[in-house]
Amino acid sequence: MTILDQVSRFLADQPPVLLQGLAGVVVLLGLAAAIAAVLPLLKPEKSYVELRLRISSWWVMVALLAGALLAGWPATVAMFALISFLGLREFLSLAPTRREDRFAILAAYGVLIASYGFIVADLYMFYLVFIPVWVFLGMPFLMAMLGQTRGYLATAATFHWGLVTCVYNLGFAAFLMRTPTVEALPAGAAGLVFFLLLATEFNDVAQYVWGKLLGRHKILPTVSPNKTWEGFLGGWLSAGLLIWFVGPVFTPLSGLGLAIMAVVLPVAGFAGDVTMSAVKRDIGVKDTSHAIPGHGGVLDRADSLTFTAPLYFHLMALYALDRF
Amino acid sequence: MSFLRSLLLILIFRPLALFMTGADVANRERLPLKGPAIIAANHSSHVDTLLMLAIFPSKALRRLRPAAAADYFLRDPVIGWFSRRVIGIVPVARAKAGSGEDVLAPAREALAAGDIVLVFPEGTRGEGETDEMGRLKSGVARLAEAFPDAPVIPVWIQGAGRVLPKGEVVPVPLNCAVLVGEALHWEGSRPAFMDTLRTALLALKAEAPPLRWRDG
Repeated sequence: MTILDQVSRFLADQPPVLLQGLAGVVVLLGLAAAIAAVLPLLKPEKSYVELRLRISSWWVMVALLAGALLAGWPATVAMFALISFLGLREFLSLAPTRREDRFAILAAYGVLIASYGFIVADLYMFYLVFIPVWVFLGMPFLMAMLGQTRGYLATAATFHWGLVTCVYNLGFAAFLMRTPTVEALPAGAAGLVFFLLLATEFNDVAQYVWGKLLGRHKILPTVSPNKTWEGFLGGWLSAGLLIWFVGPVFTPLSGLGLAIMAVVLPVAGFAGDVTMSAVKRDIGVKDTSHAIPGHGGVLDRADSLTFTAPLYFHLMALYALDRF
Repeated sequence: MSFLRSLLLILIFRPLALFMTGADVANRERLPLKGPAIIAANHSSHVDTLLMLAIFPSKALRRLRPAAAADYFLRDPVIGWFSRRVIGIVPVARAKAGSGEDVLAPAREALAAGDIVLVFPEGTRGEGETDEMGRLKSGVARLAEAFPDAPVIPVWIQGAGRVLPKGEVVPVPLNCAVLVGEALHWEGSRPAFMDTLRTALLALKAEAPPLRWRDG
């Protein structure tokens, strides 16, 4: 059997809707790249280096995530574990910690491995309580045993905030991959994750574009000076319409559940973005790192996802999935 | 040897350094690709050397030679072999400084051969975790004087002292920033050169992300 046959058989085994969705993303990105190529001709006085960098990085991110989704749940869980690790490392590097906390930082990476271990083992109930209850108790106890009480409460809270956002919340996106095939899913479990990522990132991009085009009135100047009411409302409307019309193609949601998702998910994306901005402002940095050219750090890109992933998961569990 | 070194550095050390530090490099294009050239960096951890070896473009990697204390890195045969053959160190006999012997002779030879020599002018790893810069030793100025055409590139490494502080054995993954400055050139005076270098390093440090490492 030639490689070409293997590839076509592999693709034939995938839900056709998922492949069409991925193709749609490639077309959208191609369109964005074409616009970015034409813009400098129309307005030669402005620099579009940043925009081109952003789009180039999107190609890489889309290729990695699409590859993981097509390869199945182990690859997708590994990919999200990596995203969680990069995010947590960025957060723990910027947040105030104490010299004694080096051991607690190691323990936090251990928590990440254990938490994703519950996803691999498909132990949903264990996953649900592990970080919010047992790590919540265990990490402060470990810090007490390390013997340093100065700044203790603030540091314990810092670690918990990082673990919940970067590991627990992002992990819900990976746990969607464990939805059993017996459930009626239009694009498989991968379709659920695909649509979560599509809706979240589309909301981010729509807010950015509407803000650039129409932005006049600042929404939260003390936290995130570039955010405007026009960007927020435009993004909300665009992403809401996308969820309402495209959601049923990739997810089993319909009716009330779909309507709630369409209204609430864009707001959650905005909330995640603003919350991470407040953290960055407090720490005194603009970006969490330079890991993704044009975008900043992994947390700069995944900030809205830390809010939308658990929301999306819980609405799915409530309205559409029997497993959870 | 050189092939084995490149292989180990690219396939093992580079992924390890990325995992441990994130290797967040600013202005990577300022790194020299051919010698003779001198890189002067601050020093807070063994991770500094690993990180510099990891961020260097593969094609220039065989030219990069970190200067390292002979009394520490050549103290036993195994570490000595590793330091010479894999890390590719240029030994500096710190103990013989001031004895009249030219402790910089190996570094000069490397520069004469067209290598890129990485020096840590602080001489040893800083004690504090706050990444304060220590007093700079003037060996780097003597090297610049001997090779006035070789550019001296200041580099500030932020955060390596938290990944593996002096005296600790277990490294902890945390992001490190590497800020590469504009090349400096020898202009005829050692004190003036050292002043310029110190100012350049402190300017890079000021651009680095803040280190919130509260001392308890």
